[in-house]
Amino acid sequence: MNVSRILAAKPTNLVTIRPSNLIRDALALLAQYDIGALVVTNDANELVGILSERDIVRRAVIVDDIMILNVGEVMTKNVIVGVPQDELMNVAHTMTERRFRHLPIVEGKRVLGIVSIGDVLKAQRDAYRGQIDTLETQVMADKG
Amino acid sequence: MSKIGTKENPLRVAIIGAGPTGFYTAEHLFKRKDLAVEIDMYDSLPTPFGLVRAGVAPDHQKIKSVTKLYTRIAQKPGYRFFGNVKFGKDITLENLQDHYHQIVFCTGAQTDNYLNIPGADLEGHHPATEFVAWYNGHPDFRDRQFDLSQEKVAVIGVGNVAIDVARILSLSHEELAKTDIADYALEALSNSGVKEVHIIGRRGPVQAKFTTPEVKEIGELEEADVFTLPEEMELDELSQKELESTADRGTARKVELLKSYAENKPTGKPKQLTLRFLVSPVEMYGDDQGRITGMKLVKNELYATDAGTLRPAATDQFEDLEVGLVFRSIGYRGVPLPGIPFNQSWGVIYNEEGRIIDPETNKPVVGEYTAGWIKRGPSGVIGTNKPDALETVEKMMEDLKAGNYLHPSQPDAADALKMVEERQPDYFSFEDWEKLDEIEVARGEEENRPRVKFTTVKEMMEAVGKQAAEPVV
Repeated sequence: MNVSRILAAKPTNLVTIRPSNLIRDALALLAQYDIGALVVTNDANELVGILSERDIVRRAVIVDDIMILNVGEVMTKNVIVGVPQDELMNVAHTMTERRFRHLPIVEGKRVLGIVSIGDVLKAQRDAYRGQIDTLETQVMADKG
Repeated sequence: MSKIGTKENPLRVAIIGAGPTGFYTAEHLFKRKDLAVEIDMYDSLPTPFGLVRAGVAPDHQKIKSVTKLYTRIAQKPGYRFFGNVKFGKDITLENLQDHYHQIVFCTGAQTDNYLNIPGADLEGHHPATEFVAWYNGHPDFRDRQFDLSQEKVAVIGVGNVAIDVARILSLSHEELAKTDIADYALEALSNSGVKEVHIIGRRGPVQAKFTTPEVKEIGELEEADVFTLPEEMELDELSQKELESTADRGTARKVELLKSYAENKPTGKPKQLTLRFLVSPVEMYGDDQGRITGMKLVKNELYATDAGTLRPAATDQFEDLEVGLVFRSIGYRGVPLPGIPFNQSWGVIYNEEGRIIDPETNKPVVGEYTAGWIKRGPSGVIGTNKPDALETVEKMMEDLKAGNYLHPSQPDAADALKMVEERQPDYFSFEDWEKLDEIEVARGEEENRPRVKFTTVKEMMEAVGKQAAEPVV
């Protein structure tokens, strides 16, 4: 299953923020939308970084006031990105191995959406449920 | 006036599409405790069950047994089937809004992905989806023509549909005659000149999407020897790693089987089925009459994306493959419905977890929902649609509780029936389908087959005693 299947039924409003915004603004957005990461874009709407809860926590323990820092100073710049053709199993494996939980899906420089580990779990669960249901039907059919 | 969803005021739902997803949606609705619901299920065909009838291979009867579940759902009080009623032609969105509180579109994926290479328009290149619909007796495809006199055939794609097509082309007359394949297809295939079938996959055996039982099956055909190429069975480093880390036991078994086919020797069977990997068609060749004579294939190498998926990249090595008939099997694709916001790039209805969304405002359209392949895209097995339908039904129930549903001017079930009778007097009820089913199975018993299908709407109407109101194909 491709990640495009996950994006097809996901809310389309991607929550983004600029590098020049403050962490205070970022926290407000994370809370408002109940999400764990923000895609950071420049004025041309291109992906320039990702700001996750973990990025904020890691920095918060070593500065006096994280609220007044710029997003650009705290975000992860080398973002691991996905493409619509990426497969669920591979994405799940990479997220686990490389310990990140949000994967922006891009087409060129344009961000199409973001796939979270929660989305991946749900898709895997539904895929397994579906397979089990199909196999159970066939097994029961064998019994006449 | 009491709440909607109670016995006095049942929730009235229209489901457009009577395939697996339509039935799973109905099942989830009927299962809700404390919900009184009436469901009208519409389908453009007189017969229900969607791809279970028209897509599942004729020699895979066990998979079709899921229709027993759908039949049980159809027999619940509060369920009605309106077959031979096409949304957008016989009934409109406005008609549905007049009669129902909620509408769910489960229309699946009616077309296929195009292959954009030079020569793709040559005669003899067909979508596998049409061939499958043809041999399964789908009334809209029974008149398609395929030149089965050709000796060499290619099937582009390595999913279950591709392997189904390759297998059906390789079955003996005896093997086919035991199935519910359409009569005309049985005859055409039994007289076919096909000798070589080539399945073409752009990635390697570890990535191929067809499943293990299907791979095992093609190794056990009466009239066809199956082969893979030893050099294509040697796994590259990335595939080896993928096999060891992410793949499951089923994939490991599949790769073992495919590797074993590289050691097969011809045993004198009349047909040869060869599975090719790491090659992509880049051009189709034709003769003066515009008929396909072959394909140019480029050899691929695999690379890993950032997120870890192995993708094909073309090398500078090519080969020519002589073929006279080509089926592309590179995915189904959804078709837009009139008046329903459609996401052209994904080929699905704009939606969020099953609620149809207006892309201009990003807000849900009241009373409109979607489930299945037209919601998420065409992938997965039949059962995959069950949790998908559940997600949509949960959103429907949230909206019902919050008072966000349509306010039909004529919510009575009898009025909806009148509407259908006026707009499509030749509609088929579930009882009509059961009559057809009985006749098909009886006809099959005479010939030792599971059923002998009706393949035109006209025959179906005659069989259940309907007189056509207007000329019918």
